[in-house]
Amino acid sequence: MTSVRIAGVGMTPFDSHPERTGRELFGSASNEAIDDSNVPRGDIDALFYGNFMGAFAEGQNHQGPLMADAAGLSVPATRFESACTSSGVAVREAVSKIRGGEADVLLVGGMERMTNEPTSFVTEALATAGDELYEGRAGMTFPGAYALMANAYFAEHGATRADLAEIAVKNHAHALENELAQYQREISVDDVLEAPLVADPIGVYDASPITDGASAAVLVSDEYARERDLDAPVSITGTGQGTDQLALQDRASLTRTPAAERAAEEAYADASIGPDDVDLAEVHDCFTIAEVLALESLGFYDRGTGYQAARDGETTRDGDLPVNLSGGLKAKGHPVGATGTAQIVELTKLLRGDHVNSDAVSDAETAITHNAGGTVASVTVHVLEVVA
Amino acid sequence: MSEPRTAFDSFVDALAAGEGYFLECSNGHASLPPRHVCPDCGDASLERRSLPERGEVESHTIIRVPAPQFEADAPYPLAIASFGPVRLTGRLENVDPDGGDVEVGLPVAVDVRETDDHRFVVFTPQ
Ligand SMILES: [Zn+2]
Repeated sequence: MTSVRIAGVGMTPFDSHPERTGRELFGSASNEAIDDSNVPRGDIDALFYGNFMGAFAEGQNHQGPLMADAAGLSVPATRFESACTSSGVAVREAVSKIRGGEADVLLVGGMERMTNEPTSFVTEALATAGDELYEGRAGMTFPGAYALMANAYFAEHGATRADLAEIAVKNHAHALENELAQYQREISVDDVLEAPLVADPIGVYDASPITDGASAAVLVSDEYARERDLDAPVSITGTGQGTDQLALQDRASLTRTPAAERAAEEAYADASIGPDDVDLAEVHDCFTIAEVLALESLGFYDRGTGYQAARDGETTRDGDLPVNLSGGLKAKGHPVGATGTAQIVELTKLLRGDHVNSDAVSDAETAITHNAGGTVASVTVHVLEVVA
Repeated sequence: MSEPRTAFDSFVDALAAGEGYFLECSNGHASLPPRHVCPDCGDASLERRSLPERGEVESHTIIRVPAPQFEADAPYPLAIASFGPVRLTGRLENVDPDGGDVEVGLPVAVDVRETDDHRFVVFTPQ
């Protein structure tokens, strides 16, 4: 089985881009990734693309052909939709296709345009990632679902809002120098605790923002990279995916995310590594509680203890396991369909040494992504390693 | 009224009539309708079992930023409550609107409320 190298990455600033439509955003990110890869456009075999709410935000479905066109390609193009892990799934499918020998060069990526609609409209669109009959009709929202998980976690393990606030503070601190991040400003625990509540106990500063943006990567087979003598030092060595029941009410536990546990187990086995081998991680902190559940599912922390990680400085820039050095979804921003590939973009740069925060992880060789859809009903996990 | 009724509508009708039920497969797995097969094992033999009258709040929140169709209701308390082997999601009624008197484990009964636009499950403390 061939291994898969990351030949190039690109990403728009994650921000509010009222003047740029989706096709412009993806055109920019994909062009940057292709330039970065030094791969001739004509060698690209297909586009695997993630998007969640295009029909809501721009009245636009069928984005595969549109985005191939925007990227300057005339190749088979498919859109993947798995809520917030839409482009994570696209990456996984691309990895599988290259490993199977069916393609040598693939463009992967994602895009979401969200800020052009009012918050209430985006709230409605995001709620469609949950179960329409049992959750949507009761008035459940996306923050509301994570609030139910957070309160159940508090009751079971004794964590507090102040513990979760430390995660938001950490991720904002990580984004300070990241020019692609939506927020480059420090916040305090008090700022988080005093911010208005969205769905108790989740406040505005516990939640990732509404964001526009696109991200892309050029993935190539190991053979192709060697033949072309590409400078592509980072490989995707492990991939995993998990699924859980869509509605929170149908889960065995409200405080565990077994889909992420299964995805992690598969990705670790695929890469022949374990949690102890990981030097840094980008995890899906759409809400502060989500980072806690991610750390426990990835095997970094025992159940009921992940909430202490940021507070105790273990997942900060200078900690043993820096988590979300990009700023995470919280500070970097969360254009839903672009987030999965954005984690790949940020980790590739962090490992290559050309990220503004690379000096914090100069000896790092192994990294992991955790990208979750809905209330973790879909998850993709990828292991990245420096191979050259 | 001759609007088409889905199996989910019928389930909510049953909840409203105090005749709530869940489904049980021949291997004893519980699930909620509409179902063709058991989500745990794929068994197609699903029998209706009566939903226990009393449930228990497993987690709760206050939705302060709702979707547009629920804007008039906000803020509203929302909970997941277990009824025997299944759970339901619904609004909490007759509680402090700030949720101060709601705790995990609170015993509740289930009912259905209907507004001009929609019907939804509600829980009332017992
Ligand atoms: Zn069964």
